[in-house]
Amino acid sequence: MIKIESLYKNFGDLEVLKDINNQIAAGEVVVVIGPSGSGKSTMLRCLNRLEEITSGQVYIEGTPINNNETNINQIRQKVGMVFQQFNLFPHKTSLENITLAPVKVKKMGEEQAKKIAYDLLDKVGLKDKADVYPNQLSGGQKQRIAIARALAMQPEIMLFDEPTSALDPEMVGEVLEVMRDLAEEGMTMVVVTHEMGFAREVGDRVLFMDEGRIVEEGPPKQIFGEPQEERTKDFLSKIL
Amino acid sequence: MSVSYKRKDVEYLLGFLDAVNWQEIYLSLAEAMPFLLKGSLMTIKITTISVGVGIVLGVLIGLARVSNNKIVGGIAKGYIEIFRGTPLLVQLFILYYGLPSLGLNLTPYFAAVLGLGLNSGAYVGEIVRGGIESIDVGQMEAARSVGMSYGQAMRYIILPQAVKRIIPALGNEFIALLKDSSLVSVIAVKDLTRQGRLIISRTYQSFLIFLAVAFFYFVMVFIMTRIVNYTERKLKVSD
Ligand SMILES: Nc1ncnc2c1ncn2[C@@H]1O[C@H](COP(=O)(O)OP(=O)(O)O)[C@@H](O)[C@H]1O
Ligand SMILES: [Mg+2]
Repeated sequence: MIKIESLYKNFGDLEVLKDINNQIAAGEVVVVIGPSGSGKSTMLRCLNRLEEITSGQVYIEGTPINNNETNINQIRQKVGMVFQQFNLFPHKTSLENITLAPVKVKKMGEEQAKKIAYDLLDKVGLKDKADVYPNQLSGGQKQRIAIARALAMQPEIMLFDEPTSALDPEMVGEVLEVMRDLAEEGMTMVVVTHEMGFAREVGDRVLFMDEGRIVEEGPPKQIFGEPQEERTKDFLSKIL
Repeated sequence: MSVSYKRKDVEYLLGFLDAVNWQEIYLSLAEAMPFLLKGSLMTIKITTISVGVGIVLGVLIGLARVSNNKIVGGIAKGYIEIFRGTPLLVQLFILYYGLPSLGLNLTPYFAAVLGLGLNSGAYVGEIVRGGIESIDVGQMEAARSVGMSYGQAMRYIILPQAVKRIIPALGNEFIALLKDSSLVSVIAVKDLTRQGRLIISRTYQSFLIFLAVAFFYFVMVFIMTRIVNYTERKLKVSD
């Protein structure tokens, strides 16, 4: 589903990603952990080319995305993304946030888009907030709308970049709940998070990143239970 | 002593007021009124069209300024620097008196609208650029992440938010343009200022007529300010 091949990313002289290689299968939930500045966000953003790839290749369902011939807008329709800061469109209602891309990008009919949007609002438990603008929503509600917005394009992969880090503690649960449901439905997910409970329960595989490399990976049980690398142990001892 | 001094003062003032021929003033103003109104209409017309040209041009220039294409951005930057770095009056002279020597004859009206429009395009361009850059980059990223093209993201996400933010600045720009439009009187456009000068050339009542001209500008600016403030308030409410 996703294949990452010797991926490098530089910001000017700063080498942020160094030789990342990985494969993520359909339906897999991969949780990415690691210290701040280790390149987690950058790696995630390379997967839909929000960051230009310096060298190497990322394949989404076999299509190389670091390639001028690839229509990146088409790839992005298959790859939903959820941001730490939600990034809802403040001048659009919840419903419009969700229907905009299907209507403008997929050229879906207004009615059909609305029907899908209401189903999604129902799914994230916010049917009553359809006509509300983002500034009247709580953080947790915003993030759930943002997830619905990404799902409206009916993506095959969902990328989450610390989706609960900007939330008040009491709102973290409602967002993780939605993500958990999504995982159970078989969505392919790559999740950068500090929520170790979520990683343990929902994750199929954990990647530990440090200084731009994947230092260690494995099933949650193994990574949390018997980490092999010193750096992993060190990191886990600090956050657990 | 001081009382008599004051009385003298008052007498002097009364004498001055006596010397003013109120009837003559009334007649002159009545006579000037149709011309001043006609001039005001011309000023409004020229300003409105120039504002239109300025907005269209300004949005294009603003978009060019924020584009990733270095050449496009550079051209826009050069345009802005040239038009902001030279006096509007000289720009008007070049269009109206300069171009004919290249075989290009513009009517005064066309030269005026073109000059004001090109000039205001530069200022609006900078305002639009500022507006676009004030929008959080997360907005562009979110729009692109659902598959929108750069153009779609600009059109549906960035510009609508930017426009809302720059309304006050745009309003001020257009009020400035309304006042600057008096410069077109020197290239034979019969705007408010020129109508005033034409009247003065017949009646020699510089003080009176220029006061009247100023008053007309003031009223127009006053109304425009209210409109801008009103729009601003309405936009705030919908936030
Ligand atoms: N747009 C950028 N320009 C320059 N440096 C950046 C940029 N984005 C991230 N970085 C740098 O890249 C490194 C990795 O950042 P990031 O991927 O955000 O880490 P993480 O998400 O793991 O905290 C950091 O050192 C950060 O300062
Ligand atoms: Mg990050």
